[in-house]
Amino acid sequence: MKFSEDWLRSLVDIPADRPGLTSRLTMSGLEVASVEAIGASLDGVIVARIVGCSPHPDADKLRVCRVDTGAGEVQIVCGAPNARAGLAAPLAMVGARLPNGIAIKTAKLRGIESQGMLCSAKELGIDADTSGLLELPEDAPVGKPLAAYLGLPDAAIEIELTPNRGDCLGMLGLAFEVAAEFGSTARPFPPAAVAPVIAAPRRIRLEAGADCPRYLGRAVRGIDMTAATPVWIAQRLRAAGLHPINAVVDVTNYVMLETGQPLHAFDETRLDGAIVVRHAHEGESLKLLDGSEARLDPAFLVIADERKPLAVAGVMGGFDSRVIEATRDVFLEAAHFAATAIVGRARRLGLATDAAHRFERGVDPELPRAAIERATALLIGIAGGEAGEVIEAVQREHLPQRAPITLRRARIGRVLGIEVEDSVVERILTALGMRVEARDDGWRVTPPARRFDISIEEDLIEEVARIRGYATVPVRLPAGAPPVPQADETVLPLSALRRGLAARGYHEAVCYAFVDPRLLEAWQLDANAVRLANPLSAEMAVMRTSLLPGLVEALRRNRNRQQARVRLFEAGRIFGRSEHARDTAAPAVQAAAPVETDMLAAVACGSAYAEQWGEPKRALDFFDTKGDLEALLALVGSPGTWSFDANDLPAWLHPGRGARLLRDGTVVGALGALHPLLQRQLDLPETYMFEVRSDGLRQRRISAARQLPHFPSIRRDIAVEVDDSLAWASIASAIRSELPAILQELVLFDCFRGPGLGLGRKSLAIGLILQDSSRTLTDQDADRCVADAVARLEGEFGARLRK
Amino acid sequence: MDSLTPRIDEALAAIAAVATLDALEAQRVALLGKSGAITAELKALGKLSPDERKARGAEVNVAKQTIADAIAARKATLERAVLEQRLASERIDVTQPGRDGGRGTLHPLTSTQERIESIFAQLGYSVAEGPEIEDDWHNFEALNFPAHHPARAMHDTFYFGDGRLLRTHTSPVQIRTMRGRQPPVRIIAPGKVYRSDSDQTHSPMFHQVEGLLVDESATFADLKGTLEAFVAAFFGQALEMRFRPSYFPFTEPSAEVDIRWQRDDGGTRWLEVLGCGMVHPNVLKNCGIDPERCTGFAFGMGVERLAMLRHGVTDLRAFFENDVRFLAQFA
Repeated sequence: MKFSEDWLRSLVDIPADRPGLTSRLTMSGLEVASVEAIGASLDGVIVARIVGCSPHPDADKLRVCRVDTGAGEVQIVCGAPNARAGLAAPLAMVGARLPNGIAIKTAKLRGIESQGMLCSAKELGIDADTSGLLELPEDAPVGKPLAAYLGLPDAAIEIELTPNRGDCLGMLGLAFEVAAEFGSTARPFPPAAVAPVIAAPRRIRLEAGADCPRYLGRAVRGIDMTAATPVWIAQRLRAAGLHPINAVVDVTNYVMLETGQPLHAFDETRLDGAIVVRHAHEGESLKLLDGSEARLDPAFLVIADERKPLAVAGVMGGFDSRVIEATRDVFLEAAHFAATAIVGRARRLGLATDAAHRFERGVDPELPRAAIERATALLIGIAGGEAGEVIEAVQREHLPQRAPITLRRARIGRVLGIEVEDSVVERILTALGMRVEARDDGWRVTPPARRFDISIEEDLIEEVARIRGYATVPVRLPAGAPPVPQADETVLPLSALRRGLAARGYHEAVCYAFVDPRLLEAWQLDANAVRLANPLSAEMAVMRTSLLPGLVEALRRNRNRQQARVRLFEAGRIFGRSEHARDTAAPAVQAAAPVETDMLAAVACGSAYAEQWGEPKRALDFFDTKGDLEALLALVGSPGTWSFDANDLPAWLHPGRGARLLRDGTVVGALGALHPLLQRQLDLPETYMFEVRSDGLRQRRISAARQLPHFPSIRRDIAVEVDDSLAWASIASAIRSELPAILQELVLFDCFRGPGLGLGRKSLAIGLILQDSSRTLTDQDADRCVADAVARLEGEFGARLRK
Repeated sequence: MDSLTPRIDEALAAIAAVATLDALEAQRVALLGKSGAITAELKALGKLSPDERKARGAEVNVAKQTIADAIAARKATLERAVLEQRLASERIDVTQPGRDGGRGTLHPLTSTQERIESIFAQLGYSVAEGPEIEDDWHNFEALNFPAHHPARAMHDTFYFGDGRLLRTHTSPVQIRTMRGRQPPVRIIAPGKVYRSDSDQTHSPMFHQVEGLLVDESATFADLKGTLEAFVAAFFGQALEMRFRPSYFPFTEPSAEVDIRWQRDDGGTRWLEVLGCGMVHPNVLKNCGIDPERCTGFAFGMGVERLAMLRHGVTDLRAFFENDVRFLAQFA
């Protein structure tokens, strides 16, 4: 809502200057978004008239004008396309300094002297119009200072109204609010009724029940559409961000701004019979004022006559019944439409109109008569014409009713934490236009019809606090000792894992949760993806089913910015369809909710170490990334619950360099190199990554201490030759089960393939650390253990002990 | 008998002249070794009369001790020199960089969120979570947004085909928490939220932290105190704050909170950082809590805004571009 400050001050006494007014508005909940001074510096700018106009001899676009200043004539060179003899326009005389800083001096333009400057609205800081000179009405008093003539200086104040404050979308409502804020009184606004001078009856049928309980219409015949809108109206419209168009449009807009009641004007000659307010028929369509074709259905309310729809009620008028230059007779409409009948309808038509904006928020049902009288009076004053009678159709039983609300004194303290004196409560509520009746424990309060936002006790308490000022509420902390939050030690905080990854050189990324469906397809991760119905773009149309595609994209973008070595991780949620999971708390939604899973993922490419002088450079490999993942597992603890295998790998993994992470036999993650086909498709170097379920990772047992052994340990190293395809995990597990109590630790300290070994064979060097909890082991004991282990490997895997 | 003094002087001079440990050892053998000069003097004592032997013995012993001390002292000096020489040869360039395991960083949104969590943890708030794909009831209805109300237009919502939606705020976690247990409740709910709006100052995905306190005595004054305490803790100084009346369907009274922020040009301006209010009685009722028995307050803040203020980030979109040159700045 943007409005002229001067207009507001004409409706209510405001004992404050401009900053005082705007700060009070903001602190009362009507947040001031901007204040633009209008015509702040127009000394030396007067109303002038061009009396003669001839082309400049040396410039095609310039004209030489003789201009009447009221005190003689001056010569002005002017480039505006609308400069013409007879036009009244603002003239900045020599010595003036315009709001944009231009100082006016006598100047020569292509050799011809100019003794001042004729001005556009923009040059005067009045509005943004730069199309030509500001055209003033024919009767503008030549010689009068422009500021005085236009009622300047003024300011356009824009407030950001919250959706509950539809009452402030009109100057009268705003004046009531401001009066309450300043303890002032709004001037009364009972526009005099315009007595009908002609009979212009028309039937009005209300067929939409509570959606339109009141409709007022009135004919005004014989108007002059060429009549100019008075400057004071034009100026107030401009300050509100509207452009003056013609008398009818300007008057309906002005009265809407003034009262908050949207109005419409039809060309009366286009109406066939009675006005019918009804719901649209299925498939009914109507060409609107803006030229667009509205396809309607019964959710829309239309104003129709007996043959055709005329307007989408509360949204926009129709094209065919619009007022045009040739119009002589108009039919004014002022109606009350229920907010629920209008809300969302403009949006469905791709429109945002001032009328819909107001009706959606609720308009005072008592306003239509005052508005139609006001519009009639203004219109006749400007454009002449003769008014018919006001025709009103009303269904009182459908008008919104205001029930009184009980306000308890004690409840004010309970909610705000302060005691407010009775007299203050009564003064504030009364100033806001409420009817207040005292009761023993408080009041019965009836809000005015314009306040659709007041329906319960708390709404009244807010009004009291708001007008009294939130700053008057003291500051304190909630009573009582704060509860000590449960710190569950059996779940490792995510922050520990994040820090673990950061410590290993990964930067944390935050990717969008929606991704390109084609990307998921490429990863073969699209099977269970959940799709948005209204994505911002095709590239953000499905919810991610894995963190990796997005992270790899981020890695790729970094590579495109000359980063050769990139390591990124993310902790975030993934989404997928589910057949189960039903949410009982939401009765409206029956289908199973999608499954959301918190994941932790990391991706890396480039060299194994950041570039440095101390170690030979080498490329990242599987075991670097596995080491990073194992470092996280170490943070969790619970050794022995983790295992890796290479079964049933996801399609995006390199089939020979991928692994699953299992916890107690359940798959919780995957690890490995990006599949080379995908790698090529995405134009990436060799890239390693892992992704793990957060819940699978974070569950932990609290570490329990065990007795340290008193007896020394013995280490024995062996080298065994086995098939290359044999997994280390199988060998380790066989040795462990062979030497259950005595084997403390098992180390793989070398792995070798090549000359001296059979084809498809490898040699593993294994260290066994043996220890007994009850005695010192002898060399013979150790030899026997090694022999047992070797025998097991020979028997189970065809291993051969290397000497 | 000839005096030993000149020979002691001679020996001391020879020891002093020695330059290496090996030469010193040779000197020691020559003087004190099995067939050394001083050893020979000791052996010669046996041939003397008891009286002579006593006097001469004392003299020889003094000489031996003097020479041994000189050798020990010289040895220490030479050893020291050898050590110094070796240490000098071991010198490295300590200004070369240390071996680098790589330095990763936490995302500034994460560290900001963790800071918010830790401040509220001290006030007794625990962390609650909820789904990001919500239903209309939790995201709007239960929070007192009437169907089709213009307040919904403030939330440009992403929908799925089945009517579900991406939560537009973290407030549904209020509902899930209150339906799960009776007061007293003190929770914060950090997380991602989504609105279908994307430009320089809007991201279609961003982060909020919701806060909720419900008990038998919560008032607007407690809300003000809590948020003032938070702002002072978060920014490390008690910034000037103001509470402005505002509107949220799920709180009544409602407020927006501005802080007085230093501008680059030295001036100050008001910056909105929080929305808050007393929990609307309809919301309490929707969660099975009697608004006559309990009152509560709720607040919500944008993590991006706070992170931008904290770190001087000027472009919202930088948080989601994941450019490592940006990320690496935040230790």
